[in-house]
Amino acid sequence: MTHIEAVGRQLAEALKGYSADYIEVHLEESQTSRITYRGRELESIGKTSAIGGNVRALVRGGWGFVSFNSLNELPSRVELAVKQAQFVGNEESQLAPVEPVADTVSSKDKDPVAVPLAEKKQLLDEYNDIIWHTPRIQTSIISYGDSHKKVIFSNSSGSYIEQESSGITLRLAAVATEGSEVQQVGLSLGSNGDFSLIQGLHHQVEQMAQRAVELLSAPQVKGGEYTVVLDPVLAGVFVHEAFGHLSEADCVYEDDRLREIMVLGRKFGGAELNIVDTAAIPRLRGSYKYDDEGVPATKTYLIREGKLVGRLHSRETAAKMKEKPTGNARAINYHYPPIVRMTNTYIEPRSASFDDIIGDIKEGVYAKNWYGGMTSMEMFTFSAGEAYMIRNGKLAETLRPVVLTGNVFTTLNNIDAIGNDLEMNQGGGCGKGGQSPLPVSNGSPHIRIRHCLVGGR
Amino acid sequence: MENILAHAKRVAEAAEVFMVSSEETPVQFEANRLKHIQSKQSTSVALRIVRQGKIGYATTTELGDSQNLVNNAVETAEFGMTAKFELPALTFYPKVEVFDPTVESVTIDEMAKLGEELITTIRGHTSDIVCEAGVTKGAISVHIINSRGGQADYKQSIFSLGIEGHLIRDTDMLFVGESQSSCHPLLEPKAVAEVVLQQLELAKNRAAIPTKSMPVIFTPDGVASALIPPLMAAFNGKIVLEGASPIGSKLGQPVFDEKLWLWDDPTIAYRPESRPCDDEGIPSQRTPLIEQGTVANFLYDLQTAALAHTRSTGNGSRNGGGLPAPAPSAFIIAPGSTTFDEMVNDIKEGLVIEQLMGATQGNILGGDFSGNVLLGYKVESGKIVGRVKDTMVSGNVYQLLKQIIAIGSDAKWVGGFLKTPHLYCPSLSIATKEPQNYL
Repeated sequence: MTHIEAVGRQLAEALKGYSADYIEVHLEESQTSRITYRGRELESIGKTSAIGGNVRALVRGGWGFVSFNSLNELPSRVELAVKQAQFVGNEESQLAPVEPVADTVSSKDKDPVAVPLAEKKQLLDEYNDIIWHTPRIQTSIISYGDSHKKVIFSNSSGSYIEQESSGITLRLAAVATEGSEVQQVGLSLGSNGDFSLIQGLHHQVEQMAQRAVELLSAPQVKGGEYTVVLDPVLAGVFVHEAFGHLSEADCVYEDDRLREIMVLGRKFGGAELNIVDTAAIPRLRGSYKYDDEGVPATKTYLIREGKLVGRLHSRETAAKMKEKPTGNARAINYHYPPIVRMTNTYIEPRSASFDDIIGDIKEGVYAKNWYGGMTSMEMFTFSAGEAYMIRNGKLAETLRPVVLTGNVFTTLNNIDAIGNDLEMNQGGGCGKGGQSPLPVSNGSPHIRIRHCLVGGR
Repeated sequence: MENILAHAKRVAEAAEVFMVSSEETPVQFEANRLKHIQSKQSTSVALRIVRQGKIGYATTTELGDSQNLVNNAVETAEFGMTAKFELPALTFYPKVEVFDPTVESVTIDEMAKLGEELITTIRGHTSDIVCEAGVTKGAISVHIINSRGGQADYKQSIFSLGIEGHLIRDTDMLFVGESQSSCHPLLEPKAVAEVVLQQLELAKNRAAIPTKSMPVIFTPDGVASALIPPLMAAFNGKIVLEGASPIGSKLGQPVFDEKLWLWDDPTIAYRPESRPCDDEGIPSQRTPLIEQGTVANFLYDLQTAALAHTRSTGNGSRNGGGLPAPAPSAFIIAPGSTTFDEMVNDIKEGLVIEQLMGATQGNILGGDFSGNVLLGYKVESGKIVGRVKDTMVSGNVYQLLKQIIAIGSDAKWVGGFLKTPHLYCPSLSIATKEPQNYL
């Protein structure tokens, strides 16, 4: 039994003895390794190990939270969290009921931190060489990180869960220059610990570097409204930003106006549109068996046949909205309390082929791959790493990367074709409430959006 | 710490131990009400060694386990970059005041009252706005020791006060907000509230805007969200060294409008980004970056400076917990002489940009930015007529800052890392939804 297991067992016994409506404890130990390249050579390499934990207490609807590295004096930390919650609380505590669970979930994949550093470096050297062999490449940026962690969760209702998890992220970027013109193209990959998933990508890396060079001579799109076709990667970012964040119940549950707008049954899109979030698919970056409140993962339809049918919940938001908990309360680590987050979010595939989708577009934009995305509930932006004009139903000239923007209440309704080629992208990380990056995956088939606003000159 | 250093010195030619401890107490309001109180304590130790000429690095939260820490650093050193720098010996540091003991004595009760007062003031203006507010106090302490006898210690206090409000009318959403921070307690919520009240006033009406290029005023927040990220990258010595900065070869050359002055300054008393030394123990200094439109300097840490055959500017930062790398402390843009009202009066048709969403998603290195105007106002015939929506702007920082019409007379801190006045530029490309597409 490791140190945190021993401490965790002992503390779990004591949690019922405090005057709080609910208490939970997370204890975590983690190892990570990180390798970065800037330019031809490895720039930094490091290993970390960390132990820490937190206590969260609920009293009359108010929350207290204490996080720490030292596992000494835990009873006094529990008392502090309870005292804080007592200070805040002035109503009835509400938490959706969940059956207590006792379970141990071990990681299915080999611990990526244990893969020898020499093997990781060898792979990254190969990718970096490919980038540098491309003419007119000025520099490269490679950042590899992996982690392995074990989290022990216990609460005052008697749950005790040990979960192991692993993760790998790999970001590569090629930078091409000509005079004072600088262009870059990136590739973001990830897995839930399986090192083999980031091996053998030599061809993709080569294409990435070549695209950066091509962009030096590419024109920028003229700003305005276009019919836009998104590839599965970018459509995944789109669904995450355009709708995913608004379906997180913590932005809705205490806001009467937003509750009226986000009423179940409201029509957001056409009859072909289904949007799902689920952590219950095995082996994706956003997958797990239990969330950070000990609630089992579920599959949640957010939109079915164009109508809002569900949303993502913590135990508190579910209780306050009188809906079922969905197991979406997550924290990036022990420094933070769990908040409502997405997991693996995607648009379900339909029947259209890529040719069907672009065939009748006279002038449009085909946007692929992602730089990033942001949302403010109503408005969202997301940016493509690659873009092409579509002219008379065919792909035409390469464009500089484009930024697209939309409004959740109109843009989903403007999706008028959904492809048959669902793909999940594992390279993403999501930020919210200062907690970033949280492992998530996004996906979609190709989709077509009418009247999409594209920034440009 | 001494123990770790002694241990490391046995296996390495040079070693440095960096320890940071922090305590933070955020008091948070959700949906207009007090919701969370948190107390966060953390400690971590980073060991950097040079072994057989190469850099090794490891961190841990377990202070007792020096053996494992040293082993990890040794393991990584086998693959590390060749060390080109020498750690600093014992040196004098400038006096930079960043600790106010009265921060600690602000009670939870007082913090909760500050948040309530802030929310009450905003809701007194607009009763149906939903606010999230945060009041945070904290302290960090930093200790650095190295094998050349170098040693640095300092304590810093931090206090911040912030609010975000959203106003929903049908499916139209308006976001307003402001936050301020200091090493002193901020016990007067009025300064924060006034910024938000002004945003609410200016955004009362909606205004249409056509798709075309027009003059634009960036407010201090607008400068921060659109223009600063590309500049922070361009002045980073590491990006310059790689040849990826568009201004890397332009030292001493005029690149920007001659009215523009920019410097990096970690020595301003009681600012959260200030400190007596950087994360490698190099004394803090004020570094001019743009002087009268001319590129004056770039920012360096020890290793990058050595590779570039220059000296560290005291900008070695361990943000993110990795090895030190060059990073700005706080960017300061010198104020000019034009008031915001004078700028607005000068515009026949134009846009005021307060918040741009997604501007940093594009080709930052090249200076391109493009984003959705989350909060911005249309100017017609010298007056702000209302808030714009469904509007995107696109531009390039280097083209935009080549010609500035006027620089504002009152500079303001934004997010702790930037102090800037308003910037008034002649032309920016604007794309907007055609009105018939509204539902």
